[in-house]
Amino acid sequence: MSEPLPSVTLTAWPRLPNRWDILLLPLVFGGLFLLAWGGHQMTAPYTFGAELPISLDPAMLPGYALRTVLRMAIALACSLLFTFLYAKAAVGSRRAEQILIPLLDILQSVPILGFLSITVLWFVQLFPGSLLGPECAAIFAIFTSQAWNMAFSFYYSLRMLPKDLYQVANLYQLSAWQRFWKLELPYAMPGLVWNTMMSVSGGWFFVVASEAITVSDRTVLLPGIGSYIAVAIEQRDLAAVGYAILAMLVVILITDQLLFRPLVAWADKFKFEFAASQDAPQSWFLELLRRSRLLQLAMALPDWLWERIRPLMLRRRKRRLPLPKLRYWRRVDPWLDVLWMTVLGGAAVASIVFLVRFVSTEVSEAEVAHVFLLGGYTFARVVILTLLASLIWVPVGVWIGLRPRLAQHSQPLVLFLSAFPANLLFPVVVSFIVVHHLDPEIWLSPLMILGTQWYILFNVIAGAAALPNDLKEAAANLGLRGLLLWRRVLLPAVFPSFLTGGLTASGGAWNASVVAEVASWGSTTLTASGIGAYIAEQTVRGDHPRVALGIAVMSLYVVLFNRLFWKRLYAFAQRRLAFD
Amino acid sequence: MSDTETLLELRQVNKRFVATDRREDIVVLQNIDFSLRPGEIVAILGRSGCGKSTLLRIICGLIPASDGQVLYRDRPVTQPVAGISMVFQTFGLFPWLTVLENVELGLEAQGVPVAERRQRALAAIDMIGLDGFESAYPKELSGGMRQRVGFARALVVNPDVLLMDEAFSALDVPTSETLRGDLLDLWLERQIPTRAILMVSHSIEETLMIADRLVILDSNPGRVKAELPITLKHPRDYTSPAFRRLVERVYEVMTATAVGEQRAVAGIGYRLPSAHVAQLLGVLDEISHPAYQGLADLSALANALELEVDDLFPILEALQLLDFAQVADGDIHLTLHGQAFLDADIQRRKVIFGEHLLKRVPLASHVCRVIDERSNQRAPESRFLRELEDHLSEDEAERVLQVMIDWGRYAELFAYDYDSGVFSAENPGEGPTAV
Repeated sequence: MSEPLPSVTLTAWPRLPNRWDILLLPLVFGGLFLLAWGGHQMTAPYTFGAELPISLDPAMLPGYALRTVLRMAIALACSLLFTFLYAKAAVGSRRAEQILIPLLDILQSVPILGFLSITVLWFVQLFPGSLLGPECAAIFAIFTSQAWNMAFSFYYSLRMLPKDLYQVANLYQLSAWQRFWKLELPYAMPGLVWNTMMSVSGGWFFVVASEAITVSDRTVLLPGIGSYIAVAIEQRDLAAVGYAILAMLVVILITDQLLFRPLVAWADKFKFEFAASQDAPQSWFLELLRRSRLLQLAMALPDWLWERIRPLMLRRRKRRLPLPKLRYWRRVDPWLDVLWMTVLGGAAVASIVFLVRFVSTEVSEAEVAHVFLLGGYTFARVVILTLLASLIWVPVGVWIGLRPRLAQHSQPLVLFLSAFPANLLFPVVVSFIVVHHLDPEIWLSPLMILGTQWYILFNVIAGAAALPNDLKEAAANLGLRGLLLWRRVLLPAVFPSFLTGGLTASGGAWNASVVAEVASWGSTTLTASGIGAYIAEQTVRGDHPRVALGIAVMSLYVVLFNRLFWKRLYAFAQRRLAFD
Repeated sequence: MSDTETLLELRQVNKRFVATDRREDIVVLQNIDFSLRPGEIVAILGRSGCGKSTLLRIICGLIPASDGQVLYRDRPVTQPVAGISMVFQTFGLFPWLTVLENVELGLEAQGVPVAERRQRALAAIDMIGLDGFESAYPKELSGGMRQRVGFARALVVNPDVLLMDEAFSALDVPTSETLRGDLLDLWLERQIPTRAILMVSHSIEETLMIADRLVILDSNPGRVKAELPITLKHPRDYTSPAFRRLVERVYEVMTATAVGEQRAVAGIGYRLPSAHVAQLLGVLDEISHPAYQGLADLSALANALELEVDDLFPILEALQLLDFAQVADGDIHLTLHGQAFLDADIQRRKVIFGEHLLKRVPLASHVCRVIDERSNQRAPESRFLRELEDHLSEDEAERVLQVMIDWGRYAELFAYDYDSGVFSAENPGEGPTAV
């Protein structure tokens, strides 16, 4: 050590606040105050069924918005925790993996309203006499719209962990805790951030459904933007709908600027690549955070504490065995496997029997067949809409993707569009249908794909933007143009990313059918026959056997559709079209 | 330190991999006996697939041996131990940690307090010549600098034994020479506390430049074939006659039985070497050069074609297998068939290659026979894979079949459709042709 320390960042302890702190401090304290206020409101006393007045006064909107955001934040925190535990459990044991991953697939296909209608009464009983019950139910509903894809993303990242890094971690005997923070979470970070953004968008889409809870003919309107929209629709207040759109726009913009942009910019450093990328994402807020001395100080605090605590823990800790339990499984006792499958099979049969008996107390065989038919209607809608959306958005996406500047700006826009709740379009759609005497069976359908079609666009843009330059040049050099260019170069190149978008879009459309097949504006209610409408109606009536039946049938459709169609296309694309 | 002390000792180490539906295990390493003493650099040299990287991972406790023992300071190694650290071929750096954080990682895991850890990490970074790059992320560094981080990270924990798994092979030649020289200087000047270095390499010259002892591994299964002390003084000059003699000696040892020895286990389970036809032609062409007149020294050949052991030996094996060349005692000479193959035009070469394949590669004649016997003249690849997996591991079976497809397509013995994974008689769309 001949020279003095070369880098300023190494001297760690900043002494004085700087001008960035002056900007940041009010933000922090303001945030803390709002958090405290919102938390206080959430635990207010409440008896189930009592009316909570929702005012359409725009002055109330900021408060409502805050409470909605708070709900989403809590749900997000729960989703993260769930993600970590679930994915770690799935990776940790082969037997757990055998159930947990297919289970996740199925959970993803269950419409969130289904979760809500079944859990709300339970939550209300859990916190009698307090608003916390319905609040928890709403948060749980939002959670169910966020958690599954985050867990999937984390699970896949854990599976893909580069082997040599894993070996380094073993070699230096990193503890499970260190391994999680130094290796697993960082590696999963980019995918996780992206999925979190998608999840939050999804949460917004269902904001009305999660806040205006109608169960057994009793409606609870939890103060929030969603309830505001619900009331505005009920009272045919166009101005209020406009205010709600504005408020949502502002909230989404703020979360984008203060949370997601910084996150994306920050997560860029976790990308597993060894070439410095040219256009790394930027965020002014992240810059501000990075330059603020007080914040650095605050961030250093946990580390500092940890260093003080650790020696104490280290002394007590027993020598751990970080044996490499990597991907290959040693000789497995086949009998244990047989036993395990028997147990699982038994549980499955028992559940089916239970479900059938529960449903058949109320529902006749003819009605079951009818529900399957309704599922078929919705299925047809999903297929046609996904097809139409693809026909429109694939060419547009390719066009944008080939223009790097446009492509860069598409992301925030797409996220906003996908967050736009279908309910906000009800006034337009319902009036349009009524005025022009149109058939709601057809004209309500577009609402289903309103939020999720953007994933097709977004993924296609990403795929086209990633098209290697030499391929573009070769195509130009060979004089490929028009149809031939699309057929031989552009479409095959974007196909794998289109599949990702298409799968998300069609899955989302199923989920959205519960919100979109019944549209109302004031006292006018239009219904399209389909399984979404069925679930929504039975939820309002509080008919649990029928809700369960509807959910089961819809899940069955979704899982089969994904397995038999999307997954096969995926396998095909991976074999044939991946750049190796 | 006394010379009789042993740092690492391997006693009858075996490694077998178990495939799920197989009767017998696949033996990767067989009865490895060997010891590492303080003050020496030992290099393990072997062709790809001889299990040398597996051996290193067993030594540092990353994977368990199937039988036998690894003793470090007379204690069995069953999990990673603090005294042994390793440098990885692909660096194994965490892209989201800075140079300093990467280097500190091992110390952090050991629970070294912040101040000490920082000071030691900075010292290691300084020593390895990374000064000024502490706050850089790996992606900002060149390959050579990245591997320096790898070395700093391995050395900062003050290991007794430093393992190097092809540590220089991902780097270009000048970079790897510089880094190797720097490391050797640190070692010779006793600037690092490391007491012994064990390296794995497929470059003969690289190992001869730094090692004090060479352990040559055989492949399939991997076992110690020979040990060779190297007494050349540092700094070594790879152009010196003594050095060249050593290189030739190593080639002699390696070719003594290595090439073609598998013939004992002939049959369809023969592990076809991964060599492309163009490579075979390139080597044949070089040997037939007037300077050699059909008989070439392997070290000279490797030099002229810039091939390392890993690339060269599969080619040699393929040439020998197909009877295009003979390899013995560090020399290679062209056979009459080889000469004929080389002299033929493109179409004729395919015919000759096909004839030799059918005659000398059991798998080739087997595939053709199976296709012929089928009424529709088609056979799925899964059928052959299953047969191969009776003798080979899953990955190896796939690799061997891949080589077979490559060779068979060149010789136009059969056609293979990637999408459906089906072998069929001759070219699709062309109709049946004369065989």
